[in-house]
Amino acid sequence: MTDPLPPPPKRNPQRKTRSALAPPSARTRLGIRLAALASAGRLELQRCESCREFAYPPREACPICLDDDLEWTRISGGGELIAATVVHASADPYFRDRAPWRIGTVRLAEGPRILAHLHGDCETGDRVRARLHLDKSGQAVFFALPESDTENMGDDRQLREMTNDPKHRRVLITDARTPVGAAIAEALADAGCRAIFAGVSELWRRDEQLDRISAQPIVEPVPLDLTDTESVRECAAEYGGKVDILIHTADYLRPGGLVDRRGIAMAKEEFETNVFGFMRLAQSFGPPMRARGSDGIDSASAWVNAISVRALSSWPAFGSHSACHAALLSMAQCLRGEFAGSGVRVVNVFSGPLETDWHDSLPPPKVAPARLARDLIAGLRRGVEDIYVGDVARDIASRWRDDPKVLERELTTGEEIDG
Amino acid sequence: MDDLLSRLAGRLAEGSIEIVDLTHALEPDFPVMVLPPEFGQCARFRIEEVSCYDERGPAWKWNNFSCGEHTGTHFDAPNHWISGKNAPNGSVDTVPLGSMIAPACVIDCSAEAERDEDYVMDVCKIREFERENGRIRPGSWVLMRTDWSKRSGADYINLREDGAHSPGPAAEAVRFLVAERDIVGLGTETVGTDAGQAAHADPPYPAHFHLHGAGKCGLQCLANLDRLPATGSVVVAAPLKIRNGTGSPLRALALKAKTGADS
Repeated sequence: MTDPLPPPPKRNPQRKTRSALAPPSARTRLGIRLAALASAGRLELQRCESCREFAYPPREACPICLDDDLEWTRISGGGELIAATVVHASADPYFRDRAPWRIGTVRLAEGPRILAHLHGDCETGDRVRARLHLDKSGQAVFFALPESDTENMGDDRQLREMTNDPKHRRVLITDARTPVGAAIAEALADAGCRAIFAGVSELWRRDEQLDRISAQPIVEPVPLDLTDTESVRECAAEYGGKVDILIHTADYLRPGGLVDRRGIAMAKEEFETNVFGFMRLAQSFGPPMRARGSDGIDSASAWVNAISVRALSSWPAFGSHSACHAALLSMAQCLRGEFAGSGVRVVNVFSGPLETDWHDSLPPPKVAPARLARDLIAGLRRGVEDIYVGDVARDIASRWRDDPKVLERELTTGEEIDG
Repeated sequence: MDDLLSRLAGRLAEGSIEIVDLTHALEPDFPVMVLPPEFGQCARFRIEEVSCYDERGPAWKWNNFSCGEHTGTHFDAPNHWISGKNAPNGSVDTVPLGSMIAPACVIDCSAEAERDEDYVMDVCKIREFERENGRIRPGSWVLMRTDWSKRSGADYINLREDGAHSPGPAAEAVRFLVAERDIVGLGTETVGTDAGQAAHADPPYPAHFHLHGAGKCGLQCLANLDRLPATGSVVVAAPLKIRNGTGSPLRALALKAKTGADS
């Protein structure tokens, strides 16, 4: 078992914040494929179509028979830890800063031997589970965990480098007035985080939901209006250095596409919140978070965006909203680039229609905000980068991966145009 | 006339005629009218820095701002309401200049509004004002003082499940001021010229309906009405000249003779 992680001590104001460091990130193009798998929590290796042997690390041709027909194939990750060692000295600043560091060799059930970072509960000779994880540079690494869960498993120091566990971290929710924001605040209150800053615009406007989440001792409502540059700047000035996980839930959602709306006053409101609001957040909260990527066990860790899966392909019934979220997805990718090397991960949580007022005319399936909150927290603990919540999101994403043009046709003609 | 103006200028310069600011600062947090979410909404006041003596403009600072025509302390033109859509000279760019500088009658309803946040000013109250201060002259601004401007945040809009609660004029009172007194407009300290619950009046929003239907104007979100005498002050309220505009934020001022007690 792992010793439970104690709450972090208060920072010594005389000590410099550790520089945000990331492990080496160079990978081949094929190697990056592993990062794509890790970002979704999946595990595949290449398998030769001729000799049926698995190949690792990723290659252009089979190392056994030289056939170049290698097929990415899902594997279990089960295996045996055949050797373990502790790295005490490293020339790499990231690992120097984190030494000692345990690594080991795992023989996978499928054959390949892999080098893996080790969970503290894995000893040589143990059966282990190998998973692909994103490390602080956003690249895929193998991580070996005990075969079955152990007590306080997520508190392991090395595993925590790979995950975004909210335990002992402070979270900012950018709009706790949205049903999703409120559900996340309520779910996080039970996830062991240290503080929840609940962003609320026009704090003077009270409602039942806001009163309910504010009643949780861990929740601190803070004034934050994404349409107001000064408000975002002031919030970041006060809380930016304490935000370990930012969860962007602000969403201005109204039905309608382009042709049948009258004027663009509503679209401006949508873009003001959904697009420019995100830019304001990035400018104000990006710098302090990026600087704290290696700031101890409660380092700045993740920037999470709740995104409509319609960002992938327009849904004309909510076409203007789809356009905002396509922009949001693009900006989230940009932010990943701008956060590269900082150790702060950009996580996107995709969902289809939610069980909320503005979707009240839609038939099920719809995602309950509490379900989204649960999947989001699970994703943070698992350390993934893309989370698809509910059947609609998974279905749209899988059709989009199959053929975006076919999906576009399906969404813009035929029955799905109305919902 | 030249002599009168130079005397006015002289008294302004020496301070014996005081200029009272009737305007709230335009700032993002100032409440605006809250409508059901499916309706279009009045834009809040917002400001974006263009440059601040920096690489975006080394020697100068300036901002872009945005807001609705009815944000903050603002002027309502007749074409703001459907009843006034055909009123001659009914937009802010064509409203007669005489409406913008006119004598004020300040009816003090502050005691009533303190007792009853849904207080509605009726004709009786206006007649009582006239008994004490003389008949309201044609071409006057009538300003309804409620001290509501001293409220802020939640207390200002005073929103509850059943809507906003704030004082305003009765339909009959507005009709009286328009038809019997020929005022240029009605000014209030609340977010609209109508009471918070005026959607339930007959007609709905009677102040907007009757004022604008008769080609009259409105002033809202006024401040410092408690510093004005019942009669004898002059309102200066010129909206921005927005082509076909229905209203405009503005700097509303009043001139009043300084009394001994003020100095």
